[in-house]
Amino acid sequence: MKKIRSILETIFRFYIDGFRTMSWWGKKVWLIIFVKLGIMFLILRIFFFPDFLKTNFSSDRERSDYVIEQLTGNN
Amino acid sequence: MLENIDLSLVNWSRGQFALTAIYHWLFVPLTLGLSFILAFMETIYVRTGDEKWKRITKFWMTLFGINFAIGVATGIILEFEFGTNWSNYSWFVGDIFGAPLAIEGIFAFFLESTFVAVMFFGWNKVGKKFHLASTWLVAVGANLSALWILVANAWMENPVGMVFNPDTARNEMNSFRDVVLNPVAIDKFTHTVTSGFVLASVFVLGISSWFLLKKREQEMATRSILVAAVFGLVSSLAVALTGDMSARTISKVQPVKFAAMEALYEGRTEAPLTAISILSAGGEKLGEKKIYDHKLQIEVPNLLSMMTTGDKEGYVPGLKDLIYGNAERGILSVEEMMERGKYARQVLTDYRMAKELGDSASVAALGARFRDSEFTDNYFRYFGYSFFEHPWQVIPSVPVTYYSFRVMVGLGFLFIVLFVLALFFHRTKALERHRWFLWLSLCAIPLAYLASELGWIVTEMGRQPWIIQNLMPVGVAVSNISTGAVQTTFWLFALLFTALLIAEVSIMTRQIKNGPKH
Repeated sequence: MKKIRSILETIFRFYIDGFRTMSWWGKKVWLIIFVKLGIMFLILRIFFFPDFLKTNFSSDRERSDYVIEQLTGNN
Repeated sequence: MLENIDLSLVNWSRGQFALTAIYHWLFVPLTLGLSFILAFMETIYVRTGDEKWKRITKFWMTLFGINFAIGVATGIILEFEFGTNWSNYSWFVGDIFGAPLAIEGIFAFFLESTFVAVMFFGWNKVGKKFHLASTWLVAVGANLSALWILVANAWMENPVGMVFNPDTARNEMNSFRDVVLNPVAIDKFTHTVTSGFVLASVFVLGISSWFLLKKREQEMATRSILVAAVFGLVSSLAVALTGDMSARTISKVQPVKFAAMEALYEGRTEAPLTAISILSAGGEKLGEKKIYDHKLQIEVPNLLSMMTTGDKEGYVPGLKDLIYGNAERGILSVEEMMERGKYARQVLTDYRMAKELGDSASVAALGARFRDSEFTDNYFRYFGYSFFEHPWQVIPSVPVTYYSFRVMVGLGFLFIVLFVLALFFHRTKALERHRWFLWLSLCAIPLAYLASELGWIVTEMGRQPWIIQNLMPVGVAVSNISTGAVQTTFWLFALLFTALLIAEVSIMTRQIKNGPKH
């Protein structure tokens, strides 16, 4: 248990040191990554990209029926 | 049925997907190739103990990091679009995409994110060999991630290893092996990753040439050119080989795309390979599609027959054979495929009606047909043709496919010449004297991106009108959403990706101007 804790501490310190001593470009790209992910998941995904079938139908059965209707509709 | 679909919605949805895919692909190939270049450079450092190689590796690693960080997750937007804009397609694809994309996610998350951190934070903190192993694992991980995405894409071009479930309207994977070892997937993976290696090599060659032009960091630049030229030359030859293999596979599984790539209308034996020509629309038409004649044609006799059939007298079908059929050559007409597709769709309709009426005997009998190879191989495989009104609707844009293919191949040969010259000038210690060559290398960077994007344009435009070859046309795949919503997100993406690209170019340019740390 002690050994695992020590390994986890080493890994944690490794990352913390890495981020602390990061160069200017490293800090800049991390900022870009966070802004980008924020725009993608908090704005685009939620407000502009709802899953069409999940939003409009409550069960897989209804989704299947809808798609089959789309495929066979005018036949 | 396609007549009832809002073409403006289809076109905006296609445009949006193309925009995001093209931008996404600006980031990916450099990651694929530069990761291996870093691994080679660091290997030389570890083997020789020469600190200059460490400095060189760290410089290119910085550029790799900028590209990796800005490009990461840009592909997720494509998955958003599947669910919103292409819901019929996403549902129909079923679990075929699920397995490869899940594996890709695991690889991307565990391999890349773990070892990228060691690669950047681990200098002087972990052992040399452990660090080197991490760099190699990043390279292998990045390229394996690409494998799973390309397997999914290849399935769309040659759907195999699945069975259609008429209850759920989804395709279910019945052979993971067939999906992964799909010949299109193998060709696509090898061709795509090796083209990424070429792009990265041209990038390293071009940036190093800039240093030589500026008379800065000459030793770093010269050493980098050597690595890039060797890796680039080997990769370019691999690209040519895998491209040839890929074209042969396409001629079998997507013959219409292949004929469009060659602008070949009349099938023939002893078919010559057109190196280049100017396409000119004559008065003749194939349905409502213009027929293009070749002007100022430069051709190599028999080569197309040789390349596609292995026999210089082999028969290569043209678009007319493929549209009207050629009984002598065993080619079905599109009209026949449309009839078979309509029959398959009628069986699906009857199955749906039988279910609604609670006619269990008919449900059992009709449902069994979707598991019967006689029905799936002869009728359901043409399901997508049932949505067309006219045979000519299956013809893609011939000029776009033809020219994109030729420019891509032409640039591929230019890069081979570039790498050979780089090696020659390096060996004769004449790199700095030939400033024209250094300028040419620098100018080749955007050309490498152009060639890479054109490859995807050939692939995706050439297979129109299909989203899934023979099974689903793009018009049937779209969601019933408003065109305005797609237009709004199109411009949002254009803004977001342009901002990311500007950020990448400006940070990278600044870092290049700073040069490697002393």
